[in-house]
Amino acid sequence: MNENKKHLDDLTHIRSLMERSSRFLSLSGLSGVFAGIYALIGAAIVYFDFKAGSISYAKYVRSMGGDEEPTAKIYFLAGIALLVLVASLITGFIFTSRKAKKQNLKIWDNSAKLMMSNLAVPLITGGILGIIFIQNGLFGFVAPITLLFYGLGLFSASKYSFVELRYLGLCEILLGLIGCLYIGYGLLLWTIGFGLLHIFYGAWMYYKYEKKV
Amino acid sequence: MKGFNQLNKAFESRVRLGVMSILMVKDWVNYNELKETLGLTDGNLASHIASLEKLEYVEVQKQFVGKKPMTSYSATKIGKHEFTKHIDALEALLKR
Repeated sequence: MNENKKHLDDLTHIRSLMERSSRFLSLSGLSGVFAGIYALIGAAIVYFDFKAGSISYAKYVRSMGGDEEPTAKIYFLAGIALLVLVASLITGFIFTSRKAKKQNLKIWDNSAKLMMSNLAVPLITGGILGIIFIQNGLFGFVAPITLLFYGLGLFSASKYSFVELRYLGLCEILLGLIGCLYIGYGLLLWTIGFGLLHIFYGAWMYYKYEKKV
Repeated sequence: MKGFNQLNKAFESRVRLGVMSILMVKDWVNYNELKETLGLTDGNLASHIASLEKLEYVEVQKQFVGKKPMTSYSATKIGKHEFTKHIDALEALLKR
């Protein structure tokens, strides 16, 4: 019986170590907080730009561009979104490599690669689909589908990183679906999904895992 | 007692068992990372790794990161095979 207990303990030990070392846990919560702040700034710029103009975001996307010069506006929106994405990635990389260094880990290890490829495939798919939608004048769908595909990416990436990423992913998917249903609320949902949820999630992760380290 | 002889003596120690578990899922892992993941504080990890190295279960790579030397470890094909056999044996013993 004692022998059995040791064998069972051994197996549990093996399993927990494999689990712990196959996940990418250097991802810094602070990078989430900053990504959220950038998204809020971006959303605010877009919001005030629409407020200053003659047409609201909801009307603009529902009219599929309408008679207001559609191309210039959509490039402006896409540019802001891209800027937010790039700034988030850079900040995320800086904070994450700092955390990895503190933990004496390599930033680009196997689990990081697995996580990034799981995140990247849905994300790039969503990006391409967004471009196709823009070309077809379906501007209203662009914000919701970026949320949707980002959520799918997070959900599958959560297998190789923090389990909690799964909940963030599910929330983004839900927001994306709501956005597809109620075209015109895209900007609001985008602000919640990329802004508030990131700040909330990042702060949660930071206090849960990093504060005590 | 069938299956007992398949248990590998090399993995009797918790430390060696732990080292192999980590190396099964990660490619190259440095000494400090192993030490931290296993929650070890003293230097006896080195002797355990040395014995795994002697059995050719583990490969060692030494390189410099800046001015600091860094030693990384990776499981060999034999090591992975032996470890899988050991896990199978453990499971078989528990199923009896």
